[in-house]
Amino acid sequence: MKVLLRNPRREIEVDGGRSVDRLLEELGLDREAHLVICNGTLVPGDARLDDGDTIEVRPVISGGAD
Amino acid sequence: MTGVGSKCRVCKAPAVIDLPRHNAKFCAEHLQQLCRRQMAKAIDDFDMLSADDRILVAVSGGKDSLAVWDMLIEAGYQADGLYIGLGIGEYSTDSGGYVRRFADERGLHLTTIDLRTDYGYDIPTAARATGRVPCSACGLSKRRLFDQAALDGGYDVVVTGHNLDDEAAVLFGNTLRWDIDYLARQMPVLPATNGFPKKVKPLIRLTEREMAAWCLVRGIDYVVEECPIAAGNRHLSYKETLNSVEAKSPGSKASFYLGFLERMAPLLAGQSAAAAGDLNECQRCGSPTTGEVCAFCRLLEKSAAHEPVPVEMMLTRGKGRRR
Repeated sequence: MKVLLRNPRREIEVDGGRSVDRLLEELGLDREAHLVICNGTLVPGDARLDDGDTIEVRPVISGGAD
Repeated sequence: MTGVGSKCRVCKAPAVIDLPRHNAKFCAEHLQQLCRRQMAKAIDDFDMLSADDRILVAVSGGKDSLAVWDMLIEAGYQADGLYIGLGIGEYSTDSGGYVRRFADERGLHLTTIDLRTDYGYDIPTAARATGRVPCSACGLSKRRLFDQAALDGGYDVVVTGHNLDDEAAVLFGNTLRWDIDYLARQMPVLPATNGFPKKVKPLIRLTEREMAAWCLVRGIDYVVEECPIAAGNRHLSYKETLNSVEAKSPGSKASFYLGFLERMAPLLAGQSAAAAGDLNECQRCGSPTTGEVCAFCRLLEKSAAHEPVPVEMMLTRGKGRRR
């Protein structure tokens, strides 16, 4: 499945058959700092992702501060 | 995608998000309900807004400011937007586009200020000219221009999109340094005083993740890319630290910040009054200041006289990172 990552924007190919939480863990990404969108729909941590799905892993941490 | 097993805690429809701090999953509709209730509780608890207030929302094109503008309009408030073009290359161009589309699609009133056109400088140049870190030059510029626009426009209150993560990170930094003056002033409502407008933060009970989810389920497009010259700043590292605590102990960020407001801030209230001190009028612009010339006028003087600094020059300092 295609996985879009941000900051910087890039796309990687990952085997399907895993949960959202597992995907984030394998990518070394903090669940509290990301949302996962599967085929255009927001999905929870236990959603199963399959080959053929288009995934976006969207970081949610933003902003600087003085 | 197959086998989505988890259900919304409220209605048992398929969930779109899990929120460990609430020990629950929610569908899109009940995620919105949660967000509406949390914002309403913050507004009520801290007497942030009245139904007939004229509100100016500080909008950046990011998820938080567009979400709070959306939530206020949905809740029936009279809220206009103010966007400041910061001159941070494509990032600013894109951010401004998201704000204008949001306002146009909803028929909302938006005022735009462009730092380079209207004041003769931009944030990369200000950072270089003053020796401030970019976030400091940006924060100073935005605070001053939002304040001025609110006073000139006759607005009752300025709303910003600061969320629970923002406030917890600032609190974390202030606590690490035991900076009593800053701790005393870290309140979600700053009353109108000494020539400053009232400022409030209705999203203090909502996390960044919840705000991003609000935008997604509401179909709000926002700038996802991080500000290229904010990367690597201290504030972001505090957020990462707090998120690692949150992962092991859900609800920690809320306990830390909301507990501070409930139990510690009242003990610091006197410190805040003492720290405010006497203010003078800036000799250049007349704004309140502790010195003779306010920090904004000093920044403006140096920055407008400086040769423009392209944002690309700020990116060659090895601050980029991947996430």
